[in-house]
Amino acid sequence: MIDFILAPWPWWFSGLIISSIMFILLFFGKSFGFSANLRTMCSIGGAGKRVSFFDFDWKKQIWNIVFLIGSVIGGYIAYEFLTVGEHPVQISENTIQDLNELGFSKPTTLQPMELFELSALLEWKKLLLLAIGGIFVGFGARYAGGCTSGHAISGISDLQIPSFIAVIGFFIGGLIMTYVFFPMIFPAIL
Amino acid sequence: MKFIKYLVVGILFGIVMAKSEAISWYRIQEMFRFQAFHMYGIIGTAVVLGIIGVALIKKFKLRDIGGNTIKFYPKNKSIARYLIGGIIFGLGWALSGACPGPMVVNIGYGFLSLGVVFLFAIIGTYLYGLLRDKLPH
Repeated sequence: MIDFILAPWPWWFSGLIISSIMFILLFFGKSFGFSANLRTMCSIGGAGKRVSFFDFDWKKQIWNIVFLIGSVIGGYIAYEFLTVGEHPVQISENTIQDLNELGFSKPTTLQPMELFELSALLEWKKLLLLAIGGIFVGFGARYAGGCTSGHAISGISDLQIPSFIAVIGFFIGGLIMTYVFFPMIFPAIL
Repeated sequence: MKFIKYLVVGILFGIVMAKSEAISWYRIQEMFRFQAFHMYGIIGTAVVLGIIGVALIKKFKLRDIGGNTIKFYPKNKSIARYLIGGIIFGLGWALSGACPGPMVVNIGYGFLSLGVVFLFAIIGTYLYGLLRDKLPH
């Protein structure tokens, strides 16, 4: 039992819990959609005075912001209490090799330190990449009306055609970034 | 106090995303390179159980804790917004290796740079709000 908890969790267990989270929220009368928080945060910051899209009753979304705060705490608990030491993510050898050709070293933890160690924020090219990544995620999620939780999980569970289209879009974008842009970007900066 | 239950569910979400390595940039790369089943297994399991559960909720007209029948609202019909928006999201997802949920879970896990990525995601959402009327939907 302890061994199960401390080791990385298998996909089936993760999928089971994630669908349970969707159902728990449905029984609370809410719907699972994480990126709605990005819009809410713009509204809390006063964006509704200038842009009508943010002029809505964000108080109805406080539950979702609380969920977000919980997920930060969950990340902390996972690291501090449910994991022993640093161990590399258990990805396939093929991925390690492909990424190595782009300039990434072998994983030592969950994230590539080339991109996510704090000092990388001081290198303008890397900061620019992280900024573009974030802006695209935030822009695209709202344009498509949802992110992975809202479309890929909630929407497809309800067999909604728009969510299928959005998920196809997620993959088109992800494949273009991986196979077209990564070979142009990373060998040049890593 | 009525919000405590959402905090608990959020904590569960953060733990499971971190412990199943779904918050890892490497895992997203592995997914887009079709080199492992892991991420497909996570999303696939959630979706299969989700489809069954949603069908049962509809069939038995189950109610939420407020006593209201659980309703599902069909999303507006369109191709352009879902496809174009989806592609933009996908480009960002592969680059930053995280969608909005995993970004903040990473902050708790100790990868504070993902907090910067999340700030830019808020800016991206603001830009969408600014440009919304000019975009095809």
